[in-house]
Amino acid sequence: MSDLSRMAAIVGVDESDEIGKVPNKSRLQLGSEAAFNALDDAGLSLSDVDGLFVAGPSPYNMAEYMGIVPKYTDGTNVGGSSFVIYVEHALAAISAGLIEVALIVHGEAGRSSRAYAGDDPNMPIAQYEHPYGLVIEPHPYALAATRYMHEFGQERTQNALGEIAVSTRKWAQLNPKSFIKDDMSMEDYHESRWISWPFHLFDCCLVTDGGGATVITSAAVAKNTRKKPVWVLGTAEGHDHGEGILQQHDLCSTIARETGPRALEMAGLTHDDIDLAMIYDSFTYTVLITLESLGFCGRGEGPDFVANQRTAPGGDFPMNTNGGGLSYCHTGMYGMFLLLEAARQLRGECGDRQVAGAKTSLVNGTGGTLSSTGTIVLAAD
Amino acid sequence: MADYDRPVPVPQPESDYYWEKAKAHELWLRKCNECDTVFFYPRDFCPGYQCKDVSWVQSSGKGTIYAFTIVHRSPPPFREHCPYVAAVVELEEGARMPTNIVIDDPSPDNLSIGMPVEVVFEDITDEISLPKFKPA
Repeated sequence: MSDLSRMAAIVGVDESDEIGKVPNKSRLQLGSEAAFNALDDAGLSLSDVDGLFVAGPSPYNMAEYMGIVPKYTDGTNVGGSSFVIYVEHALAAISAGLIEVALIVHGEAGRSSRAYAGDDPNMPIAQYEHPYGLVIEPHPYALAATRYMHEFGQERTQNALGEIAVSTRKWAQLNPKSFIKDDMSMEDYHESRWISWPFHLFDCCLVTDGGGATVITSAAVAKNTRKKPVWVLGTAEGHDHGEGILQQHDLCSTIARETGPRALEMAGLTHDDIDLAMIYDSFTYTVLITLESLGFCGRGEGPDFVANQRTAPGGDFPMNTNGGGLSYCHTGMYGMFLLLEAARQLRGECGDRQVAGAKTSLVNGTGGTLSSTGTIVLAAD
Repeated sequence: MADYDRPVPVPQPESDYYWEKAKAHELWLRKCNECDTVFFYPRDFCPGYQCKDVSWVQSSGKGTIYAFTIVHRSPPPFREHCPYVAAVVELEEGARMPTNIVIDDPSPDNLSIGMPVEVVFEDITDEISLPKFKPA
């Protein structure tokens, strides 16, 4: 176990006041609502915050909006994995003694935003991907999935993707905050309309509005916060390629192949020690290859690993117990919400969906187009 | 061509030559003179070993489908062009590039990974021709 293990803890988590379809709130509003709620959860206030971590709005714009003057900021934006990666960055800043209370903020009007920025023509994807209609995330992810089907079998891959969609929906039905709670059978999955073959509608995450925030602090401060601390045992980040898919040399794995083993080693744990897996599910395929990349099973073995609803409520591998980006909430950069659920599960606050006796969780965020990952290992006392 | 409604690439300093050749309906790629790797997208150095001794080579334009998707849903301006095939093609020279496969009535029955394809050029503006591929 690394010396940095247990140097910092998650002490506050929450969503914005509303998530899902929130047509009249900006991303700054959604982010700040979540920040206030998470600080309240921790029993801390905005004046205690000295480090601000935010992807999307620049940290100084977020700080100005909330009326704080942080002495440390991080605006690293590597897509939805950013917020998981910030846990490592916050740990570094806290253990170096630069800050005591880190506030990680996310707000995104993914469904209702009134304006989007255009392309930067300097970026390779503007020249080599967008002109070909690889323009929304389902397209490159689906393209990667065909390679997996080619290498490991089409029918078993498609069934595996269905298993993940269905099991995630079952968890969503147990979460009052889920955006979609309708029943979904394997038949419903296979019959849902094509978005980008081989992806059905039910392979794809939601598009919602929402905010989330996480408060991380030193072991000393964590002694006096409102809830029991959720310790950061291991962290790792990795970056394989840029925001497009054109430089992803292996379409059947992510850089979690490096961050998974590193985070577990730092935590001093093995795969068998993990009680809860929170795996970024932008698409069902993301989950399939992330489980393999992290080392929960071997390359090409994911379909067997997730078979027979093993990851559903009652299964022996609880995963994405909040209902995931597939059925609970996906604002665009979903990684924050992985942290919220992991912390709540380890505190035992999850009601009908509580994983009995959960003490450890592995959280893996994926950003861009299977581009970046952040893997962290958390534990309750 | 005047009515072309989709994004048009804006040539950049390292890609001027690529687009100039595409306009002449030729596909040219960057090659590292040290490790002999032919790579995509064009850069003035080799991304393998950061070697700066690179040249341009003309591709045969032949390759195979490495991965693909049949796009059924896409936002404007692509919406009305669905379904279309977005793919990564592996060229004979070894480089892989994103592209479209030009094929009538695309379906998993008439497309497959490993399928031989060859380059065709679509003149989308007076200045830009987009390399695409059709079944060989």
